[in-house]
Amino acid sequence: MTLASPSDFESPSPSLQPEGWLRYLSFSLDHKVIGLQYMICGFLFYFIGGALAGVIRTELASPISDFVSRETYNEVLTLHGTVMIFLWIVPVVNGAFGNYLIPFYVGARDMAFPRLNAVAFWLIPPAGILLISSYFIKGGAAQSGWTAYPPLSITTPALGQVIWILSVLLLGGSSIFGGINFIATILKLRRPGLQLMQLPMYCWAMLGTSILVVLSTPVLAGTLILLSFDIIAHTGFFNPALGGNVVVYQHLFWFYSHPAVYIMVLPAFGLVSEILPVHARKPLFGYTTMVYSILAIVVLGLIVWAHHMFTSGTPPWMRLFFTIATSFIAVPTGIKFFNWLATLWQGKIALNSAMLFACAFIVNFVFGGITGVALAQVPFDIHVHDTYFVVGHFHYIVYGGTVFVIFSAVYHWYPKFTGRMLNEDLGRLHFLLTFVGFNLCFAPQHWLGLNGMPRRVAEYDPSFTTLNQVSSVGALLMGLSTLPFLINVVVSAFRGRVAGGNPWNALTPEWLTSSPPPVENWIGEAPLVTHPYGYGTAVDAIDLGKATGDQIWTDRRP
Amino acid sequence: MTSLAPGTSNVSPSASAAAVHGHGGEGHDAHTDVRLFGLATFLVADGMTFAGFFAAYLTFRAVNPLPEGSNYELELLLPTINTVLLILSSFTFHRAGRGLLRSDGASCRRWLVITAVLGLAFLAGQMVEYFHLPFGLTDNLFASTFYALTGFHGLHVTLGVICILIVWWQTRATGRIKADTPFGLEAAELYWHFVDGIWVVLFGILYLL
Repeated sequence: MTLASPSDFESPSPSLQPEGWLRYLSFSLDHKVIGLQYMICGFLFYFIGGALAGVIRTELASPISDFVSRETYNEVLTLHGTVMIFLWIVPVVNGAFGNYLIPFYVGARDMAFPRLNAVAFWLIPPAGILLISSYFIKGGAAQSGWTAYPPLSITTPALGQVIWILSVLLLGGSSIFGGINFIATILKLRRPGLQLMQLPMYCWAMLGTSILVVLSTPVLAGTLILLSFDIIAHTGFFNPALGGNVVVYQHLFWFYSHPAVYIMVLPAFGLVSEILPVHARKPLFGYTTMVYSILAIVVLGLIVWAHHMFTSGTPPWMRLFFTIATSFIAVPTGIKFFNWLATLWQGKIALNSAMLFACAFIVNFVFGGITGVALAQVPFDIHVHDTYFVVGHFHYIVYGGTVFVIFSAVYHWYPKFTGRMLNEDLGRLHFLLTFVGFNLCFAPQHWLGLNGMPRRVAEYDPSFTTLNQVSSVGALLMGLSTLPFLINVVVSAFRGRVAGGNPWNALTPEWLTSSPPPVENWIGEAPLVTHPYGYGTAVDAIDLGKATGDQIWTDRRP
Repeated sequence: MTSLAPGTSNVSPSASAAAVHGHGGEGHDAHTDVRLFGLATFLVADGMTFAGFFAAYLTFRAVNPLPEGSNYELELLLPTINTVLLILSSFTFHRAGRGLLRSDGASCRRWLVITAVLGLAFLAGQMVEYFHLPFGLTDNLFASTFYALTGFHGLHVTLGVICILIVWWQTRATGRIKADTPFGLEAAELYWHFVDGIWVVLFGILYLL
């Protein structure tokens, strides 16, 4: 066997990498292609998850289970939660935007491990197909919710549950590989001369998120392996009938799944911190406090998991500790909230679609945050545990928070992805329908929960009917809102106004190249951007049309 | 630049970026560093899997009493010998690495073989222990946890032995691992030390506690 000489080894034949749109179906190693693969794949699963949500809301429009059977309802709610969390939000807000933007932000030409990156993405479609297909097998899909609590997950049909575990393990592996890649890229691949405290905020958010991914996802993987032993080999780890302990499962599960909330929402914090300064033409307020509050959220996020378990026989000292720790999270989150407001304060605000979604995020998120602090208090939590109050709170965080930011980010970065602008009128219609539909759908669920309507049940007391119907109408509006979005995204790809390299006059490095950017991101030298938020200071003195080299970006700073 | 295939950026994006900026070299081989750094990050993740298992095991022991007539007592002689073998193998692997850096291929490969034999001896000892244990996988909670923990660790040792054999193959005269391209050996060595360290903790809480 003869090995290629090092120079041959470093240049795979160009013909191995397809050109054009076929790249998006290939094992491409380009971080921008992988980012868009994550994005498109994520949106496909979003529509599947949305259709499942439609089934749930249709069923709940009337108090009896007349639309689907109770078993089907359980399967649908389990699939809805799993698809939305593991196949939509986590891959898109981390994988899609992270892979696309992070190499630009650190001034690199690709991620640290491009091959691992492609592997991480290509784990997702098989895992998703596996999960969805379990609906059609004998016994049906898993019925125990996205939490898969034993003994429920041990007593429901085994095959669907095992496939669910397998799918989540694949997705967890994908997530861990991605996290390793982000940490290595941000810490080790920075362009010479670029300091950590000069990075755009999304880098810090992704660093924090990736630390959480690397520390917590393996615990979920191990736990699910033990759960699969309980199902397949009839061990008794989590089976009380065999001397096991269900609460241990809950601890291990939430050790991942509480940080998972931050894995879903921290990148959104980062993205919003990129979008607000551009469209308000102001520097990001409080950069340093933003960084430290992200790190504080990472640390606190790892030690608050048992606030999900206040009704699981948790001893008083544990309740006290987890209540206090959870309440503390409001401090760094509040710092970020006020920093965003201060960024907007007296800015030259352009209320375009990206900005509308970003501002709506702030409103929705502070509401979800306040109900979160309320839920951290034991007496209140015991009253509303496992009710629709929790469902409402959760959706205000992950939909009102993260999904709004995803839409905002799509409106913001679509010109970079495709080289064409999105239509603003359709964008604002999309925003209006989403915002009204979202609040109509999830705000009433707080009242339902306070009045005692339990979650995850296909039937309910007829006195809850009116509010449930309001909620279902909201869901219908949310479903309709995707139509202008889809039309906009598809038509604009061909007919949209040509964007040019930097349509927003933004200062972060991804805008200092063509749209869409070339392979390896920049023709020639990567710019050294030391002040990514320098709006309103020297921006007028900069010729953005020619801003490609670091001399422009470093010399004119005070 | 545009004519390059996407894969071109694979090998060393940082190095190519540094070369473009004329900052190349600067005394750090970014490529190798990043790969070892990536592996170390992965081992942190892997360690968290074990940490989850350990936490579960300790909680089970603290909270869940075993049924009448069963106990936690384990035979200690064989596992202690196994522990010694595994710790010894970390030192022999280190000797192999030193041999490679001195460009002493024969010494490197000799120590690699010794390390692999020690690893295989550990696995053999584990098998003997499994066959002589008085309980099976589903007998009680302790038995299940015992097999899950030692089995998961044994899987790591098996993978490590395979890695050592691959490294052994690649350190032959025409192989890819040389004194100036030691990454494969360094990665396998880091992984092996990790597996070794996990065993020491596992031995402590499973056998001695």
